Amino acid sequence: MPNVTAIALIPLLPLAGFLLLGLFGRKYLKNSSGLIGTVLLLASTILALYTAYEYFFVYGNVGGVYQKFVPLQLTWLEFSPGVSIDMGLIIDPISVMMLVVVTFISLMVHIYSLGYLKGEERFPTYFSYLGLFTFSMLGLVLASNIFQIYIFWELVGVSSFLLIGYYYDKPSAVAACKKAFIVTRFADLGFLIGILILSFSGGTLDFSTLIERLTSPESNAFKTAAASTFLGASALTWGAALVFIGGAGKSAMFPLHIWLPDAMEGPTPVSALIHAATMVVAGVYLVARLFPIFSITVPGVLEIIGWVGAISAIIAAIIACTQTDIKRVLAYSTMSQIGYMMFALGVSNYGGEAGLGYTASMFHLFTHAMFKALLFLGAGAVIHYVHSNDMKDMGGLRKLLPITHITFLIACLAIAGVPPFAGFFSKEEILLAAFQNNMAIYYIALITSGITAFYMFRLYFNIFWNKPHHAHGENKSEGGFVMMLPLILLAISAAAAGFIPFGEFVSSDGRLLESHFHLSFSIAPVALAVVGIFTALWLYKKENDKPAKFASSMGGAYKAAYNKFYIDEVYLFITKKVLFNLIGRPAAWFDKNVVDGLMNLIGTITEYISEGIKKIQSGRVQQYAIYFLGGVIFLAALFIYLLK
Amino acid sequence: MNLLFLIGLPLLTAVAVLLSRNKQQVKWIALAGSIAQLGLAFVLFFIYQQERNSGNAAQMLFEQNYPLFASLNINFHFGVDGISIAMILLTAFVVVAGVLVSWKIEKMTKEFYFLLLLLGMGAYGFFISLDLFILFFFLEISVIPKYLLIGIWGSGKKEYSANKLALMLMGGSALILVGMLGLYFAGGRSFDILTLSKATISAGYQSLLFPLLFVGFGVFTALFPLHTWVPDGHSSAPTAGSMFLAGISMKLGGYGCLRVATYLLPEGAKEFADIIIILSAIAILYGAFATMMQKDLKYINAYSSVSHVGFSLLGIGMLTQTAITGALMQMVSHGLMTALFFAVIGMIYDRTHTRMVGDMGGLMKKLPFISTIFFIVGLCSLGLPGLSGFVAEMTIFMGSWQNTDAFHRIATIAAAMSIVVTAVYILRAIGNTVMGPIKNENYLTLKDAAWNEKLAAILLVAGILAIGIVPGWLNDLLRPAAEEIMNRIAGK
Repeated sequence: MPNVTAIALIPLLPLAGFLLLGLFGRKYLKNSSGLIGTVLLLASTILALYTAYEYFFVYGNVGGVYQKFVPLQLTWLEFSPGVSIDMGLIIDPISVMMLVVVTFISLMVHIYSLGYLKGEERFPTYFSYLGLFTFSMLGLVLASNIFQIYIFWELVGVSSFLLIGYYYDKPSAVAACKKAFIVTRFADLGFLIGILILSFSGGTLDFSTLIERLTSPESNAFKTAAASTFLGASALTWGAALVFIGGAGKSAMFPLHIWLPDAMEGPTPVSALIHAATMVVAGVYLVARLFPIFSITVPGVLEIIGWVGAISAIIAAIIACTQTDIKRVLAYSTMSQIGYMMFALGVSNYGGEAGLGYTASMFHLFTHAMFKALLFLGAGAVIHYVHSNDMKDMGGLRKLLPITHITFLIACLAIAGVPPFAGFFSKEEILLAAFQNNMAIYYIALITSGITAFYMFRLYFNIFWNKPHHAHGENKSEGGFVMMLPLILLAISAAAAGFIPFGEFVSSDGRLLESHFHLSFSIAPVALAVVGIFTALWLYKKENDKPAKFASSMGGAYKAAYNKFYIDEVYLFITKKVLFNLIGRPAAWFDKNVVDGLMNLIGTITEYISEGIKKIQSGRVQQYAIYFLGGVIFLAALFIYLLK
Repeated sequence: MNLLFLIGLPLLTAVAVLLSRNKQQVKWIALAGSIAQLGLAFVLFFIYQQERNSGNAAQMLFEQNYPLFASLNINFHFGVDGISIAMILLTAFVVVAGVLVSWKIEKMTKEFYFLLLLLGMGAYGFFISLDLFILFFFLEISVIPKYLLIGIWGSGKKEYSANKLALMLMGGSALILVGMLGLYFAGGRSFDILTLSKATISAGYQSLLFPLLFVGFGVFTALFPLHTWVPDGHSSAPTAGSMFLAGISMKLGGYGCLRVATYLLPEGAKEFADIIIILSAIAILYGAFATMMQKDLKYINAYSSVSHVGFSLLGIGMLTQTAITGALMQMVSHGLMTALFFAVIGMIYDRTHTRMVGDMGGLMKKLPFISTIFFIVGLCSLGLPGLSGFVAEMTIFMGSWQNTDAFHRIATIAAAMSIVVTAVYILRAIGNTVMGPIKNENYLTLKDAAWNEKLAAILLVAGILAIGIVPGWLNDLLRPAAEEIMNRIAGK
């Protein structure tokens, strides 16, 4: 059985780090803070690996099926009998896999940051934020209750906000962290309403019970949820679709992706951890967690997920080809790769062979975490060396940064899907799943994989080849052992992770999924990848004017992609023009002038009347006599009238 | 426990403040007295828990009943249930914090503290009263000090604001008085809440009295469109005045709306529930959008209060047990949060001498403590889990959703939309004040929070965290009382 203490400690140790460094770091632990954070995370990682080993090889598999365990569940807030927010720990294949990914990548980033942020004034703050993020992400992964996942969902959002805004005195960083929070918040609104709908239909917030009630066609909950319709879709469909909006926001899916490229304002190791390997895949994880519900919705929410994923994958890949900020290239590449994971879920079914997409998606999540974290950390080493994010300031760095160069190359090969690196295997499975279910998505994915290879090697050649490097007083080292160790470890993972027989461990229904490997099927994607790589080689290996000519020959299309298809401008228009000018400003004006004006008017009228009445109290006896007389006459008249 | 301690202790402190000889004495007596009140509130809370755990299921505990005007059947009737306990705790927290942040008041220090303590006493008395006459008496006690606090120690157009606030609240009081008298005669010549809760009042009469009482108390709690005293009142009030106003006084209104209007007139409540929902949904969204355009920190918090308090009224209007529990949680949460928000604004203003968001920037560099608190309170306002606002709002949403018709659902979704708008204005405020580059060189010499400010902030943050991280205790405290109210509404 699961070891509750060990599992609970995995998120709690980073939390302890956050509290310790957040409260006392600045004053007492200034120099040791990085080490404290790292050691705590090392312990977490060891516990996560131990848990994974125990689960996958000792107790998890009962009768050929990986079981779901909830070893701990505490009531946090009870709404009504049976409906409560519980804080629990869920142990199943995907949560265990994510535990390993999150703790391992976080550990790598911790170690790397020891070197990368050395000498920073807010070193303790940085590590405390990292601790907060890791805690929240692990809580999200382990959540056994849909509201619990929402709670940690928001917490990862705020830690991401804090880390993007780490350089808080930079206006661009402030703008970026605000944007990230608000865009994801907007998506979370959908998530929240989705939770309300699903939990009301299911009469529970607990994941296992919810899934059980909403997916068994005999249950009353399912019947009511499927029968009650709104705008032609059942409550179940609405709930699932709204939850997916939350996931799409966090995972930067089109059209909610606009925050991700800007989020690169944060320190580079943060981008590696949050905006590449862990938080941004939370949306994928969420869909996977509720997969049985998604797969039963009619009309299919999975179809929407498939298309959103595919469109995000190709749009982001096209934009990535035109960007010159290396972190932005990587950001768009992340969005594109998450698009793969998303549509893999979209083309999957629940259970058995048809669940290939599910396994493939999780597999890709795993391998992507390794090579994308590596790419970001490598980019960090480059940026650390040249003090710039722009490709134009780079070139010819392969001799100066040998370890970074080799590891970066491995990561590029992995993401491009060149065998035998990790990305090849997971992407192959995704393509196969798409091929079996949706040809249109398959072709989009195929083209995207060619583009991916192209823009990654465009990046690679521009950094490490192209023009010779002109030194201008930079750091003369690659960044020391602490920065190189994570690169090497991640490079090993990125090279080897593909050989894990993933289907044996993770599948939609917990049963063994054999992967059928067809050599003939791999020819097209690998060939496209090779074409992409050689195109990049031809254009960018040496400094020349071919890229510029190429770009100008594309004309408007290039410009549109370079400007990210003007999606940001559309949002800016909606927020600035519509929300602020059409709603906010009138509301403020209305309140000040109409509502308050009315109150003041009442005041003025009262004053006016009292001014009038005041004149009666003049103190002149003659006037009083007239009033008196008038009163007497009035009363007399009244009495005469009444008595008549 | 004798509930009269809750009135006696603040009164004693206030008198002691009046008799003390110098400013130093005044401050320390006020602080000692308010801390003793906090201690008392905790003792009450624990004894209450103990009684409940030992199986005492009476609706009100620690009841006391002495005749005041026997011929009119007016009594000193006191007693507490979970709602009162929660509100008393809230009051005690805000009073201590208010005393602490006013440490630097130089002008008429003695009178200032006297009025603060008097206001606190009014609130305690209000929350323990079970007789409408006494309840009304304490309600009025809390209005007059506010007028003076703003009029004397305020800033800006303080006379206008003080007048506006006092007049609008008096208008509300007039409505309450009429409604109360109506209840008295309809319910068999009694002001007693417990007696009235068992009386049968005809539906027609209820729908006549309910609007009077609900709107009357609603004025206190910024019921749209009678909220306009809030922005001006807050912006002109001294820091502690704003804290008391938003943290305590607005809660008197919410409490009255629930305990008096809704509980005693359930048929009226049912009839007008839809209107309450519409008004509060408007307040939530409209308040949030109006906040977005404000440039003065105090106006930001004042308008955002209109929006947040709207949630309390929404919860009441939804008429489900969970929603009402959420409404009560929101009152407590908003009380702590808004008191903290005003405290922080006061701290910033004392240093930068401006409240204009546009003039600030980069405060984090020199004022890390104050900035961190500003972050925390902002995040609480936008409903971050782990802080109290989230718990309250989610409880209201869950409760609201139990109404299955389209009207309630749409109102809930509209209210939920405010979580995005709130994020926009809070992050705007945070981004422009504590983050960003330092715009004013004078800010480089600013000094971070002093001990009294730190203590006040930590106290309120502790309250916010206690609800946000382990909400179970508050839920257990409020839910049975909410159930009692729901039973009456359901006609059980």
